[in-house]
Amino acid sequence: MYKENLKKIAEGVYELPKSEGMLVPGRVFFSKEMIKNIEEDSLKQVANVAHLPGIIGYSLGLTDMHIGYGFPIGGVAAFDLDSGVISPGGVGFDINCGVRLLKTSLTKKDILKKQNEVLEALDRKIPSGVGRGSKFQMTKDELKRILQGGSKYLVEKGYGKKEDYLHTEEEGCIRGADASKISDRAIKRGIGQLGTIGAGNHFLEILFVDEIFDEKTAKSFDLKKDQAVILIHCGSRGFGHQVASDYIKKMESEYGFKDLPDRQLINAPIKSPLGKDYYSAMCCAVNFAFANRQLITHWVREEVKYLFPNSEVGVVYDVCHNIAKFEKHIVDGKVREVCVHRKGATRSFGPGRIEIPEAYRKVGQPVLIPGTMGTASYVLVGAKKSEEICWGSSVHGAGRVMSRSKAIRELKGEETKEKLHKKNIEIKSRSFKAIAEESPEVYKDIEEVVNVVHDLGISKKVARLKPLVVIIG
Amino acid sequence: MNIKNRKFKFLPHTADRKFQAFGKTLEKVFENSALALFNIIYDEKISENKKFKISVKGKDLENLMYNFLEEFLVLIDSKNFLPSKITNLKFDQKNLKIKAEVIGDDAENYNISEHVKAVTYNEMFIKKIKNNWTSQVVLDV
Repeated sequence: MYKENLKKIAEGVYELPKSEGMLVPGRVFFSKEMIKNIEEDSLKQVANVAHLPGIIGYSLGLTDMHIGYGFPIGGVAAFDLDSGVISPGGVGFDINCGVRLLKTSLTKKDILKKQNEVLEALDRKIPSGVGRGSKFQMTKDELKRILQGGSKYLVEKGYGKKEDYLHTEEEGCIRGADASKISDRAIKRGIGQLGTIGAGNHFLEILFVDEIFDEKTAKSFDLKKDQAVILIHCGSRGFGHQVASDYIKKMESEYGFKDLPDRQLINAPIKSPLGKDYYSAMCCAVNFAFANRQLITHWVREEVKYLFPNSEVGVVYDVCHNIAKFEKHIVDGKVREVCVHRKGATRSFGPGRIEIPEAYRKVGQPVLIPGTMGTASYVLVGAKKSEEICWGSSVHGAGRVMSRSKAIRELKGEETKEKLHKKNIEIKSRSFKAIAEESPEVYKDIEEVVNVVHDLGISKKVARLKPLVVIIG
Repeated sequence: MNIKNRKFKFLPHTADRKFQAFGKTLEKVFENSALALFNIIYDEKISENKKFKISVKGKDLENLMYNFLEEFLVLIDSKNFLPSKITNLKFDQKNLKIKAEVIGDDAENYNISEHVKAVTYNEMFIKKIKNNWTSQVVLDV
């Protein structure tokens, strides 16, 4: 019933009119073709988010949207600081799940010469999968310093270069983190996991720049054709999951959930003590994830330098996919600070924003969009249009279309591995089941998703990357 | 397996994993919910080399289920332990408390790549249907 109520506003923009309980309308950014297959339940979630107090403008769903819990994945919403709420369900369990792109001085040819050796070496060096702890041992006090200092702190301790954190959203350390707001359970889950990929859809990939669409911006991002690059996709691991869980339970005890359209949309007023505590704890998880990707970067750099002496590895950018942030946006013609929730969405600020690293400020921030393991990933650049229509946001990936259980039933991991091998892509996973679950067939077509956001103008295509070596959890 | 004796079943969900578990008693439906969770994480045989005691409480049945299942995720992450079997499950219905022993093995002895990030309240229920208890849980994976 939600789908049939959708009204086309412009090319690629559909509005979900206000129905009972909705404080604002919904808007989704889909192509004419894709809107035919939009999930009814994900639209219901867009409508549910519009019930939350203090929501401004629209409850938004980006092109890669699919069903989540509470908010849809690919959901974006902004809230008024005085009357609005903050919701762990609007951030997600994997707080600051995100992507970091590394540039190298190597080429596609260099990697192809040692493809399997690189695959095995990185797989040995970087722990992935379930129940594999990190070799990085630390005390609780050290962990607390990392929670408050992020990847910037790790770099200062010798695990990287200054440019690594300068080329990270929030410069690798979001302000507001307070380790006293973290439970012992979260500490217990996180203390042995720094520098690990984890499982599920998380991965480490070596790719090459297959095509450049915008030479000038690519040059600013230091990318050129056939260059080997590395994508790291992971988040705050068990630490962040526990932070989310802890605060969902606390908010339920404090506020109850009777009036909510979905129990998973539990929230607290932004200015309430519990709302503030959640934000401080969430920031700890954000910093944990930045530090996680930094430690992996450090180890990847060590390994690449060992395999290819004289090579260089640098950070292009590191973006968050699951986060709530205080940002300045123009509302009704005036600059106003609001709380933007991005659940499975990337920030996509255009040129000039102070939040963008100096090296990219003239062109806009890099927007990194991982595809699936058999297909392309994309580098885009943020654009002003995104600040006008979707709180400076863009898509975060292709978006799932097939359930994991169906993928396991219908796809064979062995066949996927073989198919990829024929395309010159070598893959490593702890199990064939995991390969089946993440096969290209289970996702939307990344090309189509990227073309929609490019045509809408919320971020613009810069380069297409194609995988050579894939390690999944 | 005979439908009548079925412990749990999986339902379609685009991004996450959803199951229903069954049991004649609350003890059984909780135990079978945990087995469904284990089944998502691995499908090979896990040796019985290690044992942990768990104790959880809840404010209502759903909250108890959330805390109960979360306990296993904490064990996996903090002890690198794979649970495979639950014994001596004691369910204090009046105070909504569960005590049990979990048997399993060190995760490093296996190649496990499936993980569950968190339990969610999304579409969760625990109710008596005819004479049987049924639980439904969506897990974030």
